[in-house]
Amino acid sequence: MESHVNGERAGPTRAEVALRTAVRLQRRLPTARRVSGAMQFPLRAPTVPGGVEPTPKETRLGGAYDTEWARSPAARLGRLALLEGAVRPLVWAIADPDRRGYDRLVGLNGPAIFAANHLSHIDAGLLLTSLPEPWRHRAFAGAAADYFFDSRVKATLAALALNAIPIERTKVTRRSAALAAELIDDGWSMVIFPEGGRSPDRWGQAFRAGAAFLAVRTGVPVVPVHLEGTGRILPKGTSKLVPGRTRVTFGTPLQPGPDEDMRDLSVRIEAAVTALADEVAGDWWTARRRAHAGLSPPLSGPDAGAWRRAWALGDRRSHRRTRREPWPLRD
Amino acid sequence: MPRPGLVLDVDSSTPPILFHHGESFRLEKLPAGRSRVVYPGEPLDAIRDVEGAIGDTLLHPLDSDPLPSLLFPGMRLVIAFDDVSLPLPKMKRPDIRQRVIEAVLDLAAAAGVDDVRIIAALALHRRMTEDELRHAVGDRVYDAFAPDGRLYNHDAEDPDDLAFLGTTPQGEEIEINKAAAESDLLVYVNINIVSMDGGHKSTATGLASYRSIRHHHNPATMEHSRSFMDRHSSELHHSNWRMGKVIRDAGVKVFQIESTLNTNVFGETGPLSVLQKREWEWSGRDRATYMAMSAGLKRMSANSRRRIFQSHEAPYGVTSVTAGAIEPVHERTLEHCFAQHLVPVEGQTDILTLGLPYICPYNVNSIMNPILVMCLGLGYFFNMYRGRPLVREGGVLIMSHPTPWEFHPVHHPSYIDFFEEVLADTTDPKLIAETYEKRYAEDEWYRHLYRTSHAYHGVHPFYMWYWGAHALAHLGSVIIVGGNVPAVRRLGFRPASTMQDALEMATDTVGPQPTVTHLHNPPIVMADVT
Repeated sequence: MESHVNGERAGPTRAEVALRTAVRLQRRLPTARRVSGAMQFPLRAPTVPGGVEPTPKETRLGGAYDTEWARSPAARLGRLALLEGAVRPLVWAIADPDRRGYDRLVGLNGPAIFAANHLSHIDAGLLLTSLPEPWRHRAFAGAAADYFFDSRVKATLAALALNAIPIERTKVTRRSAALAAELIDDGWSMVIFPEGGRSPDRWGQAFRAGAAFLAVRTGVPVVPVHLEGTGRILPKGTSKLVPGRTRVTFGTPLQPGPDEDMRDLSVRIEAAVTALADEVAGDWWTARRRAHAGLSPPLSGPDAGAWRRAWALGDRRSHRRTRREPWPLRD
Repeated sequence: MPRPGLVLDVDSSTPPILFHHGESFRLEKLPAGRSRVVYPGEPLDAIRDVEGAIGDTLLHPLDSDPLPSLLFPGMRLVIAFDDVSLPLPKMKRPDIRQRVIEAVLDLAAAAGVDDVRIIAALALHRRMTEDELRHAVGDRVYDAFAPDGRLYNHDAEDPDDLAFLGTTPQGEEIEINKAAAESDLLVYVNINIVSMDGGHKSTATGLASYRSIRHHHNPATMEHSRSFMDRHSSELHHSNWRMGKVIRDAGVKVFQIESTLNTNVFGETGPLSVLQKREWEWSGRDRATYMAMSAGLKRMSANSRRRIFQSHEAPYGVTSVTAGAIEPVHERTLEHCFAQHLVPVEGQTDILTLGLPYICPYNVNSIMNPILVMCLGLGYFFNMYRGRPLVREGGVLIMSHPTPWEFHPVHHPSYIDFFEEVLADTTDPKLIAETYEKRYAEDEWYRHLYRTSHAYHGVHPFYMWYWGAHALAHLGSVIIVGGNVPAVRRLGFRPASTMQDALEMATDTVGPQPTVTHLHNPPIVMADVT
């Protein structure tokens, strides 16, 4: 119906009419929800009868996340591109690593377990990009199931970028160990942080026996690695990235003895990383003498109150970018 | 299983033979029917677990108590090691010296030893630079000992750090590094790249002063060392062994650790691998690599070529590590050396041909000057024999090398004067020794440069010349192919443009239709001539 005002034609334009028609038609179209709601079993999932205890939904995250896909040729190619094209430049830009001790790996053949201290989220990327060939592109990382695999996005990223497998920290399970051992037997090397998590106060924590257990079970050597400086860059409790300098020091591979107890090997691994830390802080000769005398400064820092432990960190405690005075206050 | 060396009789189907020519190469056709080529054996299998072998030999040394039982708190421990002249070319990291020194230090640390000094036993060679020391002993040892002066170069001219230990019955004076002489234990870490190295020579020469070294580095000794690669027929070694006895009698306790390397100089893969293959086994890829390499090198400046070659690090394999008393250790070491290097050769030849490479013990990271060309050819390569020289007395030596009239002014200052002044006067080693040696050896400026810069000792060019004394007395003529003509003439040799010209010129000395033998070196080969 058209109306006329002052002899002129009034009312909606043709375009407005077309738009309203389109909206009406769209409302009449069935939505996905309406369609699925209209579907009946067996086209839709069955409902649970009242009074019946529903079966617990099987989680595909956490320790149950299946990382098999991350070792397919396509994923390996993607990881190669990601590691060399993104992670390495990023690590170089924010961590400026000084890598030492490669000479100690001469003569090491086949898979190995690289066990390092853990201070920061960048440790895994730093260590993976520091591994020499032939281990670098045939390595997987043990990552906390409850942290890295608690959502699908994080799990996918961890599996793709780090070839991470979930390691349970909060409960005892054989699945992680069995998978890790299977991969090592298949020729993959493992990157693991035996402390089980990032240090809360930038001092080391006691080593757990996971690395030693796997070494004893698979018979492969453990390479102790010390990471220095990452605690300043992205420590636990902060999300602010502060670029700094780091040092990665590889130690002499430790071969598990034929009848060696995993606890003894774990002690040896921790002692080796401790000696490497001493070597980095001072010099190799002093570190060796202290190590033989059992006097290496412990990774866990002084047995004292919190402020004294923080004080003893010295320069390592600073997580601040040095403030640069603006011109003309600076030269 | 590596193939042993062989002697190839050249016939018309033999491909041209590779001659090293400084920082380049030549392919030369040798006369068929009267020529032969001595090829080195393939690199022997290397020890797989080097650290294990080192640990084992330190705990089970020959004729000595295990090293841990010789170490105790409060002792003075000195570790001496071979300098930059070994191995050639330098070894891919980690150097075997680093691996041995770290193992020794680890035992010393366990024993609670505090007083440790580490000394580069360089005799009258130039002081090693920081980079060279780091390469030899590794960053860990360098960073732990060098900053406070506990890792240093031996100074053969420091009166405060030399100890006189006595004289041999032949009147040879022995003066060696004082810290080593007064230590409770001297651990010597050696590399035996050829059979000349090691034994008593390590300490008696490596840690000695000019006063001591002059007794065996002279024309008479060198002329009677036939050859100095065969210690039982070498007057140089007899003198060092006499000195070693005096050192031992003076109470210096030496724990010798010797190691041998295989001849994997250029690697089994990579562009240089073609250089250690036999010519008839070059694949299409090898030939393409060789042609590309030769063409590329031709277009480069001499400095660029030098930089490329001097940066090459050889992927040697370690074939033995033996520790204990000097003499039994050295005998074991020689067995390993000869197993790698010796090739049986029947009879001598009229003409010996050599292709001289870019490096000798005295131009590491430096320039191969004409005096070093002479030393490498007439000293080292000519002496790569046991029994009799490969070339007959009065025969001709033909060497291929560009022999540039060029010297490294920092490393070889006295060489420049030696070349300009001494060789312009005479090339007779005895006359040179009598007339000039003392003045150069005691020159204060050369002494200053040796002690504070990176210069070879003032007397060093004389020793290089004496090194060739046996060959000079033995040979009828020496021809250098492709060398700088004035430089070659200054050396007293004859220049030739091509190998064919040189062979033609040689007939003046040895007559028509001479027999020719080519020593296909490097990799190192030593002829066992019967």
